[in-house]
Amino acid sequence: MTAVDESASLATASVTSSRRRSSRLTGAVWMVLPPIVVLSVVVGVWYLVTYAFLAPRRRFLLPPPHQVVAEGFLDWARFHEILSALAASAKVALVGLAIASALGMVFAILMSQAPWIERAFYPWAVVLQTIPILAIGPLIGFWFGYGFWSKIIVCVLIALFPIITNTLFGLRSVDPGHHDLFTLRRASRWRRLSRLELPGALPAVFTGLRISAGLSVIGAIVGDFFFRQGEPGIGRLIDDYTRSLESGPLFVAVIVSSVFGLAVFWLFGLAAHVIVGPWHESGRR
Amino acid sequence: MASRTEDLKQALKPEEKRVSSVRPAPPGTALSFQDVAKTFPDGTQALQDVSLTVGDAEIVAVVGPSGSGKSTLLRIASGLTDASSGTVAVGSAVPGYVFQDPTLLPWRTVEANVGLLAELDGVAKEERRRLVADAIALTGLTGFERHRPKALSGGMRMRVSLARALTVRPSLFLFDEPFGALDEITRERLGDELLRLYTRERFAGLFVTHSVVESVLLATRVVVLSARPGRVLAQLEVPFDYPRDGKLRFDTAFTRIALSVSEALRESFT
Repeated sequence: MTAVDESASLATASVTSSRRRSSRLTGAVWMVLPPIVVLSVVVGVWYLVTYAFLAPRRRFLLPPPHQVVAEGFLDWARFHEILSALAASAKVALVGLAIASALGMVFAILMSQAPWIERAFYPWAVVLQTIPILAIGPLIGFWFGYGFWSKIIVCVLIALFPIITNTLFGLRSVDPGHHDLFTLRRASRWRRLSRLELPGALPAVFTGLRISAGLSVIGAIVGDFFFRQGEPGIGRLIDDYTRSLESGPLFVAVIVSSVFGLAVFWLFGLAAHVIVGPWHESGRR
Repeated sequence: MASRTEDLKQALKPEEKRVSSVRPAPPGTALSFQDVAKTFPDGTQALQDVSLTVGDAEIVAVVGPSGSGKSTLLRIASGLTDASSGTVAVGSAVPGYVFQDPTLLPWRTVEANVGLLAELDGVAKEERRRLVADAIALTGLTGFERHRPKALSGGMRMRVSLARALTVRPSLFLFDEPFGALDEITRERLGDELLRLYTRERFAGLFVTHSVVESVLLATRVVVLSARPGRVLAQLEVPFDYPRDGKLRFDTAFTRIALSVSEALRESFT
């Protein structure tokens, strides 16, 4: 309420801060411990399946974890091959995501500004979302060639929809009281958009970005299966390893691409935390 | 004070298109309603034949049961809603509107929230900074300039809302139960401060409230509305001079007026 209250609450805060620090440590342990336990159980079951259930002849189907590490991570030539494929796929995913974000936000803003634009485009956005990418993949290759840009198109196609819907939802969910405030000052459409709707939509935009970032990584890998020209990506490598029954490197390629997807997801979480966190719940973790 | 008037002129953009049913008020009148009725598209009749005026530098409180169209009255006065019939005249180009909800933008700091209206009006940065600093000092927000609304109590948020309305220096304020969501102590305090502000600035105000005590303490006149559709049941003069003190609440003459407002209000339910 007043400055006095404020300083009083600050004093209480400093008293409790040491207790809070130790509780934060146990909190961190509790954050990390459960997934580690799950991981150990999974690795244990893995070993069990490899050695107890698979005949030695068929053990290539699920090589033991240490063999995966040795063949993929510790064999530098192999690991380098996987990493450069990952870099190629990352480039595709990020360029695709950037294009999808820009397109998606522009469309969402246009749709929020006039009902007829929404009526004209939204059904097609839904259609776009429902087209099975596996069905349209060959057609894209047919039209745009079998290289980089076709992979980008696949990424954009599957990453676009969450950006459009989340941005549109964010722009629409502005408090009516805030709109009244802007109406009273006879705010122009641009001022309403730039000072009210867009900042208010940011938390939802970040939700969309996080979803689309994951999708765009998947898009880059799926695109690799269709389009085998240009720099080989991680999907192409996965396909090659499968064909030659090299299960060790195959596992590593899968793990590395999952970690990449996770990193991208985390990165956008961090961005949301920094940009939206100071005022919105969704940005806090 | 003269420079303040200049500020006001500066702050208000040249008249743009007026909302159809709102006209300029004659001199000496801040706001007048003539036989105003409002029926919503769904058939709800919110107001019926409401006539009332708010003179310059006069605070008129409106009390009435829930759903008596009190908020609708303010929305019509501000031009946010059109009246179905009757005439509405307003002296101030754009009245200051203080909503029940503080309606602060959560991503903006206190300072930036207070400056929002002036920003929307296109007031130059230097000028805006001065207006904001004045309003912040006037509402006791000094030291909280960089806080975000989330970090403030309900009472502090309402101060920010009040400060924001003050920056555009309107000659007419519309208050829609601004302290309705606050606890009793905070509510009394802000009431006292609004009295002080009024004594200094002498704006005209239409103050919608649920609290009989609040209405009598703040207003020069109390208007009692009936249950839906809202009609004016009674208008009671409050004869105390300003500056009024918060202690006035415990004065016998005060209690007598509060009692008659309360009785008129009770009739409104029957």
